[in-house]
Amino acid sequence: MISRVGELTAVVLAGGLAFEREVSLRSGRRICEALKGAGVAVRTMDPDAALLAALDGDRPDAVFIALHGADGEDGALRSVLDLVDMPYVGSDAAACRMAWDKPTAKATVRAAGLATPDWIALPHSTFRELGAAVVLDRIVDRLGLPLMVKPAQGGSALGARVIRSAAELPAAMVSCLSYGDTVLIEPLIEGVEVAVSVVDLGAGPVALPAVEIVPTSGVFDYASRYTAGTTTYHTPARLSAADAAAVADVAVRAHQALGLRDLSRTDAIVTAAGTVQFLEVNVSPGMTGTSMTPMSVAAAGLELGEVCATLLHRAATR
Amino acid sequence: MTGNTLDPYSDRYAHRTHGLAVSEIRALFAVANRPEVVSLAGGMPYTAALPLDAVGSMLGELVARNGATVLQYCAGQGDVRLRELICEVMAEEAITGASSDDVVITVGSQQALDLISRIFLDPGDVVLAEGPSYVGALGTFAAAEAEVVHVPLDSDGLVPAALEAALEALRAAGRQAKFLYTVPNFHNPAGVTLAVERRAQIVELCERYDVLIIEDNPYGLLGFDGQTRPALKSLAPERVVYLGSFSKTFASGVRVGWAYAPSAIRDKLVLLSESQILCPPMLSQLAVAEYLSTQPWREQVKTFRELYRERRDALLDGLDALMPPGCTWTKPDGGFYVWLTLPEGLDAKVMQPRGIAERVAYVPGIGFYADGSGQREMRLSYCFPTPDRIREGVRRLAGVVEQELELRATFLSTEPAAAKVRWPRGSAPGPELA
Repeated sequence: MISRVGELTAVVLAGGLAFEREVSLRSGRRICEALKGAGVAVRTMDPDAALLAALDGDRPDAVFIALHGADGEDGALRSVLDLVDMPYVGSDAAACRMAWDKPTAKATVRAAGLATPDWIALPHSTFRELGAAVVLDRIVDRLGLPLMVKPAQGGSALGARVIRSAAELPAAMVSCLSYGDTVLIEPLIEGVEVAVSVVDLGAGPVALPAVEIVPTSGVFDYASRYTAGTTTYHTPARLSAADAAAVADVAVRAHQALGLRDLSRTDAIVTAAGTVQFLEVNVSPGMTGTSMTPMSVAAAGLELGEVCATLLHRAATR
Repeated sequence: MTGNTLDPYSDRYAHRTHGLAVSEIRALFAVANRPEVVSLAGGMPYTAALPLDAVGSMLGELVARNGATVLQYCAGQGDVRLRELICEVMAEEAITGASSDDVVITVGSQQALDLISRIFLDPGDVVLAEGPSYVGALGTFAAAEAEVVHVPLDSDGLVPAALEAALEALRAAGRQAKFLYTVPNFHNPAGVTLAVERRAQIVELCERYDVLIIEDNPYGLLGFDGQTRPALKSLAPERVVYLGSFSKTFASGVRVGWAYAPSAIRDKLVLLSESQILCPPMLSQLAVAEYLSTQPWREQVKTFRELYRERRDALLDGLDALMPPGCTWTKPDGGFYVWLTLPEGLDAKVMQPRGIAERVAYVPGIGFYADGSGQREMRLSYCFPTPDRIREGVRRLAGVVEQELELRATFLSTEPAAAKVRWPRGSAPGPELA
């Protein structure tokens, strides 16, 4: 029986074959250092054909998944960890599958009463069979302009584009569909962009202070996310007390509606009218030097290592 | 409340540092390093083909016998014995009578490119370079804030008429190129070789328009026919700075290259190199000198040639058999690279995520231009994967192109090709890809 965090052993999974491999490796290093600082005996592994044998051979108390993109977030790897009774930090496979697929996540949180931009998600085959031009025309008619086009699955804004005129749509579709078979299109919502991390350290899910994101370029794309100096972060976000409470409430309710566990990060927009619009949720939030969850942890007066170690301990003793 | 940009020094960087950013392209390259991915992106020499036991013994003996010198500083110009041996190497490509006094050892020829850029280029200066051109050279020119004017290539290398047109256009605009940068043999990335008859024409044009030539020749000994072509340096010694490297003929990890320059330029190279690095690493220099002196290096180059020829054949055969209509590619007679042009309307950078998802990597063409050209183009390297892996990579790549053609037919059948997008600074491939 593990009684103290300091006795824990952990494997941090980082890398993988998803587009976000580099981000994952950086998150993994950060988590690894944080856990070491908290006294956890930790090693890092890149999930490959040697993973299961390695976990069998030197079984850790729990796994911390620092994989982003499909590898860490679509639920498949977690199903395998369940299969071998290997505890892990984070949501189970079923919840991940819902959160990972943005249209499913949006439908779920909307059903739970949260606001999210209208959307349409379509695979390439639909455009091919019905004719792209006519379908795109109808989309613009219904959703208006400007639009946000992004892969229905995936993170780090890879493949995402802001569309300000209908003429830009076809090229954006080609670019987006190189990242995956289904595209999600929604109206671009103007407002204060925030990222709200939720952690459950034993007393239920709690929202940490929101991070407000102000990219210099105006678009929080891949470069703005991972190049220090290109985005200004305000933690806590410069929101009224009522708006801050509202974004925290949305993040916790999204976490609960999707059946998430341990930690998540909800990305949202606070409109000028004060409505909080849910955009998407991340079940394996980035932990790099430019990631928002570590900023929120610090703003809450917590140590990243202690938070990670507590989550690990909870996983190991579940 | 000012917020946090995570970079407290962002208002202090030099002008040339602005714009250096991470990019999606670089993120995707990170995946290419996994073994599941067939990487036709990397330009890594196949060092496993070296006689590693012999090299290991040689290095051990070198340190045991002469360690106090091997592990010491040396002159900024580099070890004199190695410089003399380099003159013998250059003689293989018709550079005869070279003086070791005019050879400067550098940390790979990449350092020589950086030195040349620092010596000659002020912001806004014009450099002529083939289009496409070596990404590492373009990086040094960009760091010097120079303007690169690309000159087209064809299957016989740099086109003299196009060079003349570019020189004339510059003259008409009252401008003068600081130098012509060229990779005449088994070009990186285009794979083509400057025809022998064109060499004199290129030199004559540069004489007439008074343009210095930077001849970058890392692949010259890797011709699959076993023949060498006369270096431009041999045709006009005072007009050419010649850059050589042991990265492809011995080992890229030793990081030893050289510049063979007219005397006045040599002096500048030495002084600037000393301020950069004090001196080139002695251990690496003496390792190369020992290798050239005690190992059958010409036989080893022959081994490399045969190995790369087999891989070239695997790539070309695969492309012939599998690539969809509308794709064209160069047919290299040596070196590491094939340059592939996609059917009209496709964009190699946009297609890259699909490639990674299908577990095949290449370098999109826009990285090899300074002006945003090259969207339909890509570099394929055959130097590192085995022939079987190359064939599998081509199979995957052909599928990716087929899918992109289908995607484009759905969305862009009536659309013009996308606008030029410059290769984001900072997204140049890392050293393993360059």
